[in-house]
Amino acid sequence: MKKRGKGIASIFYPTGMSGGGDPSNALIKMKLDGTIDLMVGSIDIGQGCKTVLAQLAAEELGLAMEQVTVINDNTDSCPMDTGTFASRVTHSMGNAVVMAARELRQEILELAAADLKTSPVNLTIENGEVKIKQSPDKKISLADLAGKATFGMGKILAGRGGYVKAPTAKDEETGACNPFATAAYATTIAEVEVDTETGQVEVLQLISVYDVGKAINPMLCEGQIDGGSVMGLGMALMENLNPYYPGIDFQPTSFADYMIPVSKDTGKIIAKIIERPSTTSLYGTKGIGEMTANSEAPAIVNAVYNAIGVRITDLPITPEKIIRGLEEK
Amino acid sequence: MGVVVGKRIPRYDGLQHVTGRTQFVDDVSYPNMLWVKAYRSPVVKGEILNVDVSQAEKTPGVAAVLTAKDVPANQYGFSNDQPVLAEKGVRFKGEAIVAVAAVDEDTAQEAVEKIRVDFKEETPVFDPIEAMKPDTPRVRPEGNLWMFGEVPYRRIRLGDVEKGFKEADVIVEEVYRTQNQDHAQLEGQVSVARLEANGVITINSVSQCPFLHQLQLAGILKVPLNRLKFIGGTVGGGFGSKNDMHADHITSLLALKTGKPVKWRWTREEEFLASTVQGAWIMEYKDGVKKDGRIVARKIRAIRDAGAYGSLNPYVVDKHCFLVCGPYAIPNVWIDGYCVFTNKQVSSSMRGFGITPASFSNEVQMDKIAEAVGKDPWEIRFINAVRDGDITATRKTLESVALIETMKEAAKAAGIQLPDHLMAMSSEKKEV
Repeated sequence: MKKRGKGIASIFYPTGMSGGGDPSNALIKMKLDGTIDLMVGSIDIGQGCKTVLAQLAAEELGLAMEQVTVINDNTDSCPMDTGTFASRVTHSMGNAVVMAARELRQEILELAAADLKTSPVNLTIENGEVKIKQSPDKKISLADLAGKATFGMGKILAGRGGYVKAPTAKDEETGACNPFATAAYATTIAEVEVDTETGQVEVLQLISVYDVGKAINPMLCEGQIDGGSVMGLGMALMENLNPYYPGIDFQPTSFADYMIPVSKDTGKIIAKIIERPSTTSLYGTKGIGEMTANSEAPAIVNAVYNAIGVRITDLPITPEKIIRGLEEK
Repeated sequence: MGVVVGKRIPRYDGLQHVTGRTQFVDDVSYPNMLWVKAYRSPVVKGEILNVDVSQAEKTPGVAAVLTAKDVPANQYGFSNDQPVLAEKGVRFKGEAIVAVAAVDEDTAQEAVEKIRVDFKEETPVFDPIEAMKPDTPRVRPEGNLWMFGEVPYRRIRLGDVEKGFKEADVIVEEVYRTQNQDHAQLEGQVSVARLEANGVITINSVSQCPFLHQLQLAGILKVPLNRLKFIGGTVGGGFGSKNDMHADHITSLLALKTGKPVKWRWTREEEFLASTVQGAWIMEYKDGVKKDGRIVARKIRAIRDAGAYGSLNPYVVDKHCFLVCGPYAIPNVWIDGYCVFTNKQVSSSMRGFGITPASFSNEVQMDKIAEAVGKDPWEIRFINAVRDGDITATRKTLESVALIETMKEAAKAAGIQLPDHLMAMSSEKKEV
């Protein structure tokens, strides 16, 4: 017989390395034509950090995405970043990039103010041009400004940014500490169908709502949730490096015996984001890169219990555990 | 929303990826490049009595054979306890002992198969619970438990947990376990190192954290940072599999030894057997709950199967303990988190670190609690949810809390009608 059930899981996850002390530095320099080079040491492991960091720089400097070149490809040219892990890049490096962009923005405004004979506070940057807010026809393009700075003044237009969550002190007796900058929150609802004859569990639907603080790029946030949903499903139902744990016999050596979910395994995935901005980020951002794979396994286990009254307490859920659980009831 | 921020902008490098133009490390090739294969331990645990590489060295096409004695400082890693190549003994099956550089992969493999290593085999320890007992053979000379300061476990103490249990109406206990997992990332471990004329080593790396690996490699080679240039930045899948250095140290050492560019591309089998993994967990919960559903006390003993070396395991245990109570306000907490060594491949970082198992155990426990006090699973979570200004078990004050908001939105998305008193709740303020 096939029985259906629903289960929920609600989680949180810290942004940045637990314990802090994980710096991110960024540099921006302006090219001769007013476009910019953004130099960061963050690694794009497929999550899309190049896109998000470029968006932040472009936003601050009134540029289009096409006017930002991201350079993250070597340790000589790029300033230090701790690395791409701990869900830290959008928050930590994001802060550094915004700071670098604001330093450069201030330089641009001061230079433009001298040229337009006004004060920097009266200026704004839009579409690659510095304009006087009250009379926008009085303006100078970033290209002209960069040219004047370089050829007329021998000046480099550049900005630096650096962010670190201060390392926390830790009380060894109680563990009291302030280990992370901020945290993101999420809830997943899983709907499953359990075959009580074969013990097979099929995930019909995963609905997830993630609080991202502020979505710099909603499409990439949803991409993280989609990918995490699949990975979390793999943890729940399939993946096990030591099937005879704690022994190491019959350890898988290929994708023929270490099964991970493919598209036909995933069911329907619904990804939603909400925004409750963090006070620790200049744009309110948090990090959901890792946690998107954490909410599915417990939701699926709870859905299985809801369907057949068997509570799995050790992962992964296997048909054998389901059948044994049903027999013990 | 800004002009650019908040917009669904296509990926910066998306077109480059989908048209096959992105250069990943495995696409890098140089003239006269050598290829690496490693001799990995066939035994799980043992003393290395003798390493005979004489026949491997004589194999036509072999340029260099690297053993522990060729490594300037043969100790590295996030816990600084791992050899680049094992010297005195091995702690897990698949631990690298010798690396060979040859004109092609087949020749390197042929030479590896001619290597003879004599072992004095020892009894391995696989079960972390066994490993914790004092009479169990040692995985490492310092003992099978990582020391957190003066004690062999991370302590979290908040309030008075025994008093909390006394006040509770119901005690809910359960043991939860999560499995060892591979990252199963698409791009495996691969590295290309080239010695430049000025003595700089240029390394095409899959590292997720090249600046940390630059520091580690500088320590291994005993060179300043400006002798090491890591090239990378675009990685074909990570999930934490590339936070530990797996290949860059070996290719760099062989590039120095031969003067030629050197490439090492792991097989998927090596990936499964010898790379770092998500370690298994055992989490023993005891919760004290009031009839109305409020959790008033929680005691957890959590055990991390760390495998053979430290790496990021102590960090993972810390992170687990800091947040194992989940997004719930519990006034009395007692947590002991253990980092236990066994003779398995090294556990280290994987997406979610120690919180993935904590989220699992915690959320299944919440449903068990709900059943024990006869409450709905939604209600139990709303009642205990953290709000703005609440503290975690480590006394960290939370801001911008959004647990209740994600629950309300999720219910809405699923077409579930939650009771009015739950829908009226928010993270910003508490009910009077």
